[in-house]
Amino acid sequence: MKFSEQWLREWVNPSIDTQALVDQITMAGLEVDGFEPVAGAFSGVIVGRVVSAEPHPDADKLRVCQVEGGAETVQIVCGAPNARAGIKVALAEVGAVLPGDFRIKKAKLRGQPSQGMLCSEAELGFSDEHDGIMELPESAPVGENLRAYLGLDDVTIDVDLTPNRSDCLSIRGLAREVGVLNRQLVDAPELTPVAPSHSDVVDVRVSAPEGCPRYLGRIIRGVDLSAETPLWMRERLRRSGIRSIDAAVDVTNYVMLELGQPMHAFDRAEISGGIVVRWAEQGEKLTLLDGQEVELTRDTLVIADHEKPVAIAGVMGGEHSGVGTDTRDLVLESAFFEPITIAGKARHYGLHTDASHRFERGVDPKLARDAMERATRLLLDIVGGEAGEITEVASAKHLPEEVQVELRERRVADVLGLEINRTEIEEILTRLGLHVDKLTREGWLIRVPSYRPDIAIEEDLIEEVGRIFGYNNLPVTTPFGGLALREEPEAVRPVSAIQSLLVSRGYQEAITYSFVDAQAQALLSTHKAIELANPISSDMSVMRTTLWTGLLKTVSHNQNRQQSRIRLFETGLRFISNGESIDQVPMLAGVVTGSQDPESWVNGRRNVDFYDAKGDLEALFDLLGIQVDFVAGEHPSLHPGQTAELRMNGESVGWLGALHPQVQKKLDLNGAIYVFELFLNSILTGYVPNFKEFSKFPEVRRDLAIIIGNEVGYAEVQRIARQHAGEQLTGVRLFDVFEGEAIGEGRKSLALSLFWQHPERTLNDEEVQASVNAVVDALKAELGATLRS
Amino acid sequence: MENLEKLVQDGLKAVGQATDLKSLDLVRVDYLGKKGVLTQQLKSLGQLSAEERPAAGQLINQAKVQVQDAINGRRAELESSALDAKLASESIDVTLPGRGQAQGGLHPVTRTLQRIEQFFSRAGYSVEQGPEIEDDYHNFEALNIPGHHPARAMHDTFYFNPGTLLRTHTSPVQIRSMEGSQPPFRMICPGRVYRCDSDMTHTPMFHQVEGLLVEKDVSFADLKSTVEEFLRVFFEKDLAVRFRPSYFPFTEPSAEVDIEWGRNEDGSIKWLEVMGCGMVHPKVFEHCGIDSEVYRGFAFGMGAERLAMLRYGVNDLRMFFENDLRFLRQFR
Repeated sequence: MKFSEQWLREWVNPSIDTQALVDQITMAGLEVDGFEPVAGAFSGVIVGRVVSAEPHPDADKLRVCQVEGGAETVQIVCGAPNARAGIKVALAEVGAVLPGDFRIKKAKLRGQPSQGMLCSEAELGFSDEHDGIMELPESAPVGENLRAYLGLDDVTIDVDLTPNRSDCLSIRGLAREVGVLNRQLVDAPELTPVAPSHSDVVDVRVSAPEGCPRYLGRIIRGVDLSAETPLWMRERLRRSGIRSIDAAVDVTNYVMLELGQPMHAFDRAEISGGIVVRWAEQGEKLTLLDGQEVELTRDTLVIADHEKPVAIAGVMGGEHSGVGTDTRDLVLESAFFEPITIAGKARHYGLHTDASHRFERGVDPKLARDAMERATRLLLDIVGGEAGEITEVASAKHLPEEVQVELRERRVADVLGLEINRTEIEEILTRLGLHVDKLTREGWLIRVPSYRPDIAIEEDLIEEVGRIFGYNNLPVTTPFGGLALREEPEAVRPVSAIQSLLVSRGYQEAITYSFVDAQAQALLSTHKAIELANPISSDMSVMRTTLWTGLLKTVSHNQNRQQSRIRLFETGLRFISNGESIDQVPMLAGVVTGSQDPESWVNGRRNVDFYDAKGDLEALFDLLGIQVDFVAGEHPSLHPGQTAELRMNGESVGWLGALHPQVQKKLDLNGAIYVFELFLNSILTGYVPNFKEFSKFPEVRRDLAIIIGNEVGYAEVQRIARQHAGEQLTGVRLFDVFEGEAIGEGRKSLALSLFWQHPERTLNDEEVQASVNAVVDALKAELGATLRS
Repeated sequence: MENLEKLVQDGLKAVGQATDLKSLDLVRVDYLGKKGVLTQQLKSLGQLSAEERPAAGQLINQAKVQVQDAINGRRAELESSALDAKLASESIDVTLPGRGQAQGGLHPVTRTLQRIEQFFSRAGYSVEQGPEIEDDYHNFEALNIPGHHPARAMHDTFYFNPGTLLRTHTSPVQIRSMEGSQPPFRMICPGRVYRCDSDMTHTPMFHQVEGLLVEKDVSFADLKSTVEEFLRVFFEKDLAVRFRPSYFPFTEPSAEVDIEWGRNEDGSIKWLEVMGCGMVHPKVFEHCGIDSEVYRGFAFGMGAERLAMLRYGVNDLRMFFENDLRFLRQFR
């Protein structure tokens, strides 16, 4: 909410400067976003009067004006279309300095001397209005300094109120708060009811008292809406960020700003019969003041006449029943709408209005009559006319009940951590307008005023005490308490261990959005993605079903920025709909492309391949102490010949492979790209080390080279070797793979080392040879292997 | 025996003239070997009388020792220069870059979260996780934000359907952790959160860390010390901290926390908002089945990106999610 400091100070005027005032209310919980002068910095501008305005002899659009106000009448050449004899204007005399350090000098325009300038609002830093020069009221005293006349040494303060403090959405409320903080009384302008001067009353029927517990209507006859809103009121509205429309609208807005009661004025001629406050009928249509036609829903409270809706209650009036310059008779509305009824309605219709903002946060339910009287008085003063009697329909049953809350002295101390003096607590509460109804055994029974709907429980009162006492005056103590040691299973390695390993193997961690482009993701995952109902953009419209989507987008981003060597990983959830429920599973994914090592005098000549990525994963599994098998597999997004499914105890835990060339092309990526993705929870199961005795006897090694078909996987060779090498086998190592003419097409040579060691003695040659023979025989029999001589 | 003197002189000369280990060894064989000239001298002792033998023998042995010492000295000399030559030939350019993989790095947000987790873990807080696709109840209702509440407007929420949404804060993790269990609690909940908002200063996804402490006797004063201490260890600076009354539906009293971040032109402290906090609202306890007459608690929440930006001087929030390597590599 924006407000004028001057206006506030008319209600309560503590002797502190603007900065101190702003700091004070900020520290009371009414956060000030900022403040700015209500007009630009200028000097030497006075109230002038245009004595005459003649066409310029040599320019169609210019006028030559004689302007009085300064020491002598001066001639000014002016281009504004509204420059005419008789009007009062803002006259910048020669020597004046306008915003932007613009100095006014004597000049000649198309041969005519010009001594000064007539200013527009924009030129004085009031507003963006530059369609013509500013016109001051007839009553403006010619010759007076404009700053003094308009009270321009004022600032607009922008306070960002939290939703609970609806009571501060008015000058009255802010003044109350400032009064409390400075221990000063608040001067509210006098409110005298306007005696009815005719007997015309508006018929009000409220058929939805649960949504509208109080409604006041009053007819004001014979108004002249061509009358201009007085400058002082327009200025206050402007300084509060509200545009002047016409006198009726301006007055209702003024009262809203001043007292906090949103109001509305209808053209009585357009109200058929009387006012009915009711729920809308489904599909009923209403064209709003902003010209938008809306289709109403049944849960919308409307103000209607006997035929049709004329306003969405507490949100916006209808266009048809709105007031205009030909309006003769008004129906003024001042009501209390129940907050939950109004909440969300404006948003539902794509609106946000000052009225709905206040009603959904809670307007003082006792305010409507005061506001009606205040608005009536102001209106009559400006547009004339005669006020009738107020019609009030109220439902005591539906009006908010008076709230009483008990505050215990002990509890204040417990929550705030400080025992505050009893009389000080009472004094704070009283200053806030909270009434001590009676003393209780443990504290006080407090009656909450109707303008503080946010106070409902004891903690709310404790906060008020703490807030006014000052949070920063409360002590600082260190919490203690039984600090039991927390369990931390050693077998489960923290994710940070995985991150460290990958980082030390050259991977950079990325964090990508959880929502991704549906089309890109369809290339990478066969799962149906969960769609957001209100995505921020079409390329962030579905939840990721694989982390590859974000990582590959990151690869593209970096490849487009001259980065060819990319190694990335990410951890995070992937989201898959599983019928009724949603699987949100933590994944670890990575992508590598470009040279395996950084380019250097000795590195970087070799591009990364499948086995580099596999090596990284093997190191990871080694760290975690888990056995994971790489099984040749098929994945629609991966190269059919370079894809491994990762299995742990037979269960699939992830994939590693080269991105399918077609997918890569569609994603506009360069070079061979290897990707992996693993279920984090499956691999985070490690073990607690358990020492085993090792043999003191020598280890024996035997090498052998076999030739087998290309289609046979090494894993199979290894499995058979292990199976037949006897129980003293301690290891199998592959030390060479060779394909070539010497071997024959479709065949390859594998060179293996086998290791044996007996726990209690040295193995003899015969035993070892027997084991080697058993392995060779098995390889021959099961895989058709031949020994390479 | 003049002969012996000459033999020694010749031997020493030969030793001096040996230029490598091989020729030195030949000298050794010539003088001290089985058939070496000095060895031969010993054999000639038999021709002497028993009285003469000991003296002559001693002289010959002295001669042998003399030559042997010379050979040893020369050998050491030759070995050392051979090693020098070998080492000289093996010298390399130690200024050439090393071989192998370059170091990667953690994302600055992860780095920030890990620091925060470490601080609180040491103070006995557990680290809790929860789902990111949440239900309305855990994200709003249980946190005292019913459907009509204006505070919902503070959370621009991504929805899947009316009851299912992307969590707007990590507070629902606290609810899930408290549900069906009894205090004391000390936990922090770091993680991704989502708001339907994207501009210079907002990304639709960011990270929060929320903390919760519930015990029998805990007050706002304890909250103040926890928050102040955390901010000081995080920024490694003794900066001024202030608590400003604010509003969150799930805490009462509530506060926003500002830290000192430079000075204004007039010398006054420039305050910067870094987190929100407060005492757990009784309604929240009620939803979790905890008696607020017995237990009290405090909660606090902060944005990881904001802290990372301040800590590392990052000036554009959106960089965190572009994952440009030129950005990421600055956080090793």
